[in-house]
Amino acid sequence: MSESSQTHRVLPPVIKPGHTFQSVTDKISAVVLTRTPIGWFIGFGISFSLLMLFLVAVTYLVTKGIGIWGVNIPVGWGFDIVNFVWWIGIGHAGTLISAILLLLRQEWRTSINRFAEAMTLFAVACAGMFPILHLGRPWLFYWLFPYPNTMGVWPNFRSPLMWDVFAVSTYATVSLMFWFVGLIPDLATLRDRSPSRIGRAIYGILAMGWRGSASHWHRYETAYLLLAGLSTPLVVSVHTIVSFDFSVGVIPGWHATIFPPYFVAGAIYAGFAMVMTLAIPLRKFYGLEDFVTMRHLDNMARVMLATGLVVAYGYMMEAFTAWYSGSPYEEYMILNRFHGPYAPMYWALIFCNVFTPQFLWFARVRSNIAALFAISMVVNVGMWLERYIIIVTSLHRDFLPSSWGMYSGTIWDWSTFIGTMGLFLTLLFLFIRFLPMISIFEMRTLLPEAEVKEDLA
Amino acid sequence: MTRRPPIHGLLAEFNDLNEVIAAVKHAREAGYRHLDAYTPFPVEELAEAMGMHHNRLPLIVLLGGIIGACAGYGLQYWTAAMDYPIIVGGRPFHSWVSFIPITFECTVLFAALSAVLGMLALNGLPMPYHPVFNVPRFALATRERFFLCIEATDPLFDRDGTRRFLERMIPRAISEVEH
Repeated sequence: MSESSQTHRVLPPVIKPGHTFQSVTDKISAVVLTRTPIGWFIGFGISFSLLMLFLVAVTYLVTKGIGIWGVNIPVGWGFDIVNFVWWIGIGHAGTLISAILLLLRQEWRTSINRFAEAMTLFAVACAGMFPILHLGRPWLFYWLFPYPNTMGVWPNFRSPLMWDVFAVSTYATVSLMFWFVGLIPDLATLRDRSPSRIGRAIYGILAMGWRGSASHWHRYETAYLLLAGLSTPLVVSVHTIVSFDFSVGVIPGWHATIFPPYFVAGAIYAGFAMVMTLAIPLRKFYGLEDFVTMRHLDNMARVMLATGLVVAYGYMMEAFTAWYSGSPYEEYMILNRFHGPYAPMYWALIFCNVFTPQFLWFARVRSNIAALFAISMVVNVGMWLERYIIIVTSLHRDFLPSSWGMYSGTIWDWSTFIGTMGLFLTLLFLFIRFLPMISIFEMRTLLPEAEVKEDLA
Repeated sequence: MTRRPPIHGLLAEFNDLNEVIAAVKHAREAGYRHLDAYTPFPVEELAEAMGMHHNRLPLIVLLGGIIGACAGYGLQYWTAAMDYPIIVGGRPFHSWVSFIPITFECTVLFAALSAVLGMLALNGLPMPYHPVFNVPRFALATRERFFLCIEATDPLFDRDGTRRFLERMIPRAISEVEH
């Protein structure tokens, strides 16, 4: 019994007690409406420099062609697809937090859903760069869409790559709409509170005349719930279709039915790690510990642990499938991962994604901010390694030993990858500066003042 | 007596959510129908008090989804099996299994677009001008305060009578909303 009484810890609150409608509104909107802190300029400056690195890498790529990258036969998919899958996976946590946790009535999501959704959008933007740049002639990317053209041909809808185009563009559109709809009432708050004329005009135009009418809220809530209901299967479908890019192919190590669930779990895992990576410094820097409390970090750590275990199961099943298939190519693929030239990366991946998250079983680790930050960074790296291993080890030694080869990223691969981090962070810094990073109106609903008395209901 | 210009309505301001819900109920019981309440966050009970139970949005979204599904599947069927049939990987022209993912994505896309555009259209947004914004204190409706507006178009509306009616609910302030 003494053990169970220890585990009955008092959960930290979702919002620190003592806040009112006024204080919540003022505290969150102050980040946008008051002077920009110096730290913001430093962070933005660094991110913007990385974005410039991206522009240099892309300019050189367009001038010279994709020969500047490390991809070549047999490894025709390298960093571009690794990074595409990594970024799009990161985006998935945003949708999970905003849609699935809303449907499950997890109130704690409210503090983190806004910036998690922003993170989704920016991650999808970064993800989209890679397949488009990999086209070689990226300015012709619109050929992917079915439009009547003078060539008289249509895209091949039987190809998973085409499914990907639809999945990712739908995902980007729906995420943008979900995010914007969530912002409308807060934009109205900023319109009414902005001290500058320009601010009032811009927020006013974006708020579209929102005035908080009861009938508007009624339809708004319906729309928001419906969007959540639509986003939930959408987010699952997106990473499922991304996994189809691999599993529909016949390459050893790709052609497995475990791929869709394993990819979706991996996406959520990576995404929560990224939300944690961003939330920990942000709440500290802007003093938002009252709203993003230890409860949130604890819950996110639990989700990471759970999805991490699903991912670990995925690794086990990959090995099992390879052995059980009886196919020498599949068997060789997994042995090559364990002992081949990329084995150090494979074991690093196991260390990052399977071993490290086990610390999250301990409540003491989950309440230690430094440890959580460190674990989430390790998982970010681990998920990148996972995609690298899946793509490169399967391609570099397939059926015919005479066509085996090795792959490594060039300086331009790295520049493009690090450059997209610059794009991501630049967009994130702009978002934090100009839009409320926590949903103000949803935070108001969590306050005790917002409770309706029984006799009135 | 000088003739006063017509107004949009009378706006009562409340501190507490429960007060505004009670005020809406009283106003509805007194027979007022052209009224609107303004709150800084969604309140289900308020919509109920105003007699709003259903809206047409779910139907719009359903129709959007059905149109999306038909459009997505139709596009693939027509291009791959009718307009330019071409054998890929030995699969049939009408390889319906391969058409499912895009059909699904189109369903979600069209349904989500109808949810957002439908919500905005039913709410009459974007709305560049609305009289309630003429009341300076209305800026607090997006922060902490609750408002009830009885509109002048209501058959029972009487500038002084309605004001007296609102005063009985002890609001924080009552303002006339100019056009």
